[in-house]
Amino acid sequence: MADRKLRIMVAKPGLDGHDRGARVLARCFRDAGFEVIYTGCHQTPEQIAASAVQEDVDVVGLSCLSGAHRYLFPRVVELLKAADAGDITVIGGGVIPDHDFEMLYDAGIKAVFTPGASLDSIVQWIHDNVEIQ
Amino acid sequence: MKNDVSKEKALKIRKGDIRSATRLIRNIENNVPGAKSTIKHLFPFTGKAHVIGLTGSPGAGKSTLIDSFISRYRKNDTKIGALLVDPTSPFTGGAILGDRVRLQRHAEDPEVFVRSLATRGALGGLSKAAGDAIHVMDAMGKDVILVETVGTGQQEVEIMNHVHTVIVVLVPGMGDEVQAIKAGILEVADVFVINKANRDGTGKLYRELMHMLDMADSFPGGWRPPIIQIGDMFDKEGFGKGIAEALEKVQGHYDNLVEKELLGDRIRRKALVELNEALQSSILAPILEQLIADGKMDEMVDRLLAKESDPYTCAEKVAEKYLKKP
Repeated sequence: MADRKLRIMVAKPGLDGHDRGARVLARCFRDAGFEVIYTGCHQTPEQIAASAVQEDVDVVGLSCLSGAHRYLFPRVVELLKAADAGDITVIGGGVIPDHDFEMLYDAGIKAVFTPGASLDSIVQWIHDNVEIQ
Repeated sequence: MKNDVSKEKALKIRKGDIRSATRLIRNIENNVPGAKSTIKHLFPFTGKAHVIGLTGSPGAGKSTLIDSFISRYRKNDTKIGALLVDPTSPFTGGAILGDRVRLQRHAEDPEVFVRSLATRGALGGLSKAAGDAIHVMDAMGKDVILVETVGTGQQEVEIMNHVHTVIVVLVPGMGDEVQAIKAGILEVADVFVINKANRDGTGKLYRELMHMLDMADSFPGGWRPPIIQIGDMFDKEGFGKGIAEALEKVQGHYDNLVEKELLGDRIRRKALVELNEALQSSILAPILEQLIADGKMDEMVDRLLAKESDPYTCAEKVAEKYLKKP
């Protein structure tokens, strides 16, 4: 009997050391029954993409509060595609202005969550949109 | 047809394809049908790597040591696999796999493959998939495979069945001298590391371990587990020296196993454990599944509760049904 579990990586790209939010999310994903790979702060998109491939995750959740999401988030998607891992779902969150959403969606970010998004809504989105491998 | 698919997958893994390797490990974890047949194709190509286990209490510094070991090994171009095990929640089935945080400076090195595993209810400090995950990395051509157990207490000794060299990582200030003579985790050490050895209590811990070792009548292969002290990681020179010494002893232990012809015993021990597990999953697991599907399991539990039968009688009846008399 197969016993499939969703694997998700929670990562903080760039020069942003505020990881309370990321850790709260990691805990919330754990409580949702996911296997959560947590990689800590100050990660380059290259490190994040390489780790996501090695860990065979279904989802990469990026958190960025520094304003550099316009570069960092699309770059992770790009690197995953280059590693033949474009099937991994990338979502993002943090302090992200409304007018950047379109640009991020176009770059392949599947969902964006900003302050005020409930933890349940994020978990529900994953349940609805991600097929566990 | 199916056989060809797993053969092809095995070939990709042997060529070092990370995606295929990590997916196979996942399919093993998930009990996906077909995963085992890929392992069958890989098995003949295993047995080349030096497999090293690290165990010790939570926060002892196992991941940080692995990180430094990897840096040192990479100077000689040694290819590395690392398996990091963290606990699964008994309530939700979820897990936070956080050991990787310490290893991220190696993330982009293509010759360092790091994979986190959740215990998924296994009790010995590893996950059930760990044995096969080691085989996968071995078949990929990794020279050294480092296996980190969950933070352990006294009893989680499963690691000894899967590796050639066990490093037990201790930190000062954890207990009195009685702890050092108890059975369990201290018995399985091939190398002791006292980590954070700049802290109070290091001398006392060292002496207690020495006393414990002094009381042993003999050591297999004459290898008395050495005790390495590794101090403050921010003191670069001292820390580096400790790491170098630890790895020297780890190599020394392996060389001694080879020289005294004991390596075969360890490999045999591992093979026996794996065969046991395979027999369990091929024989016992399907019977249990059948009993649950038929509702027989519930029936038997009801009979126990009503005191109409007992566990041994029930088990004997099941055995009678499924086991052929020779």
